[in-house]
Amino acid sequence: MMESITASNRLRKGKDKIIYFLVCSFSFLAMIPLFLILWDVVSKGYKNFNIRLFTEVTPSSMDALLANMNDEPIPGGILNGITGTILIVGLAILFSVPLGLSIGIYLADNHGKRFAKVVSYLTDLLQGMPSIVIGIIAYAWVVKPLGGYSALAGSVALTIMMLPMIVRSTEETLKMLPYAYKEAGLALGASYTNVVFKILLPSGFGGIFTGILLAISRVMGETAPLMLTALGASVVNWNVMEPTSAIPLLIWDFYNDPNLVDLIWSSSLLLLIVIFLLNWTAKIVARKWKV
Amino acid sequence: MNPILELKEVSVSYTPGKNAVDKVTTEIYPNTITAIMGPSGCGKSTLLRAINRMHDLYPHIKTTGEILLKDKNVLEMDAMKVRRLVGMVFQQPNPFPTMSIYDNVLAGYTLNGIRLKKREKDEIVQHSLKSVALWEEVKDVMTKRGSFLSGGQQQRLCIARTLALKPEVLLMDEPTSALDPISTNKIEELLLELKKEFTIIVVTHNMSQAARISDNSMFMYLGELIEHGNTTQMFTKPKNKRTEEYLTGVFG
Repeated sequence: MMESITASNRLRKGKDKIIYFLVCSFSFLAMIPLFLILWDVVSKGYKNFNIRLFTEVTPSSMDALLANMNDEPIPGGILNGITGTILIVGLAILFSVPLGLSIGIYLADNHGKRFAKVVSYLTDLLQGMPSIVIGIIAYAWVVKPLGGYSALAGSVALTIMMLPMIVRSTEETLKMLPYAYKEAGLALGASYTNVVFKILLPSGFGGIFTGILLAISRVMGETAPLMLTALGASVVNWNVMEPTSAIPLLIWDFYNDPNLVDLIWSSSLLLLIVIFLLNWTAKIVARKWKV
Repeated sequence: MNPILELKEVSVSYTPGKNAVDKVTTEIYPNTITAIMGPSGCGKSTLLRAINRMHDLYPHIKTTGEILLKDKNVLEMDAMKVRRLVGMVFQQPNPFPTMSIYDNVLAGYTLNGIRLKKREKDEIVQHSLKSVALWEEVKDVMTKRGSFLSGGQQQRLCIARTLALKPEVLLMDEPTSALDPISTNKIEELLLELKKEFTIIVVTHNMSQAARISDNSMFMYLGELIEHGNTTQMFTKPKNKRTEEYLTGVFG
């Protein structure tokens, strides 16, 4: 009897060890492509990662060809993409944050109601919507009626992509706050509005802000919806009604132009750095503002 | 003396046709502490929360009857005004997490959009914290968050936050049940001090606490008010058999 228990114990421990080994080695395997991506982007991108990248617009294909032949760095940068991304994403933030916050507040407060259920379901649906479809919708809604490609159309597409993330993070954060805060605020005679703006939103700031940052970092690299809406431009443009470039759009352009191909890597590197910084900030905010 | 609060046939129901509080009629006199006792689920908290209209948050809860605060029916008044006149302290200490201790005391004013001068603010904070005997303990850490304090201190901060609005009546829903004995003791002493200025109604599970601090006691059972009277008298010679059974531990 005793012996069989010890034997089966040994067997169980053996199994445990095997599983543990598998889990560890698989996660190690999964890490390899990640490091390879980083290595590729950094090793190929650093050459053109210079001040020009930030101060000059995309060079013409001809200039790039000449520079390549003389083994010189490509004479130009992605200033038009950087400013375009700032413009389009900035507008998208302006649109999506107030909208997303409102929907999130509504959902957190009214879960169980039929309309809230519908909204919640649609939010999930939107989250899984392919970005190219969103691009087409923005094309139909904005580009067509306005008669041309524009930064505005691009930001509408990105707004739709950001919304579900902001809604969810707002809703989940507010739901996690103890109900006692709301009751305590109302028990002091406060109006619902004041309770939301002076107690609930500040208390949930960490979670909500993190959600917004992650939404930004997600749409920052979106290309497909921008192709159909913002189109791209070879000059710096701050007019929301004009076609505008963005970093991911430029990367696509560079891919299609053998003379500019080297710029792919430095642009990708920049995009990666920005997204990394956003995620990092999100982590710090989430930790610091934990209630 | 006129009662400060009169309850006339107050009923509260969570589901139609089933009263969680059933036709409670009674009077509360100023500058007294009234303890509401009774077994779990008897409607103590439900009755208490009817007085400051907390049930308004949940549309399915229906309150009927009359609750007169100085002859005005609170069920017909503006709920926000009622809650300023009738303060509430909850079971779990709940200082607002993003506000400093100082701002927590003033929360009632900021949340109601009342602007105060710096001098007025200082005065209110100091006076409120002194009346909950917290001033000496926190006067040097005013800018720290409310959650920095211990549980007992947090609960006193919450009482100060409620007192700052100078309410007529102070409702307390098991204010010490989440606290250790020493903190509980401090709050009890505090209540005896506060009744000089306020009228206090406290829901408690703790019978000895009711005996220690209350002037009058209410015993509730299955939503009904079984007995309401002088605490000493109720604890020594209860009129109702149910009350006696509860107090002697036969049920509850």
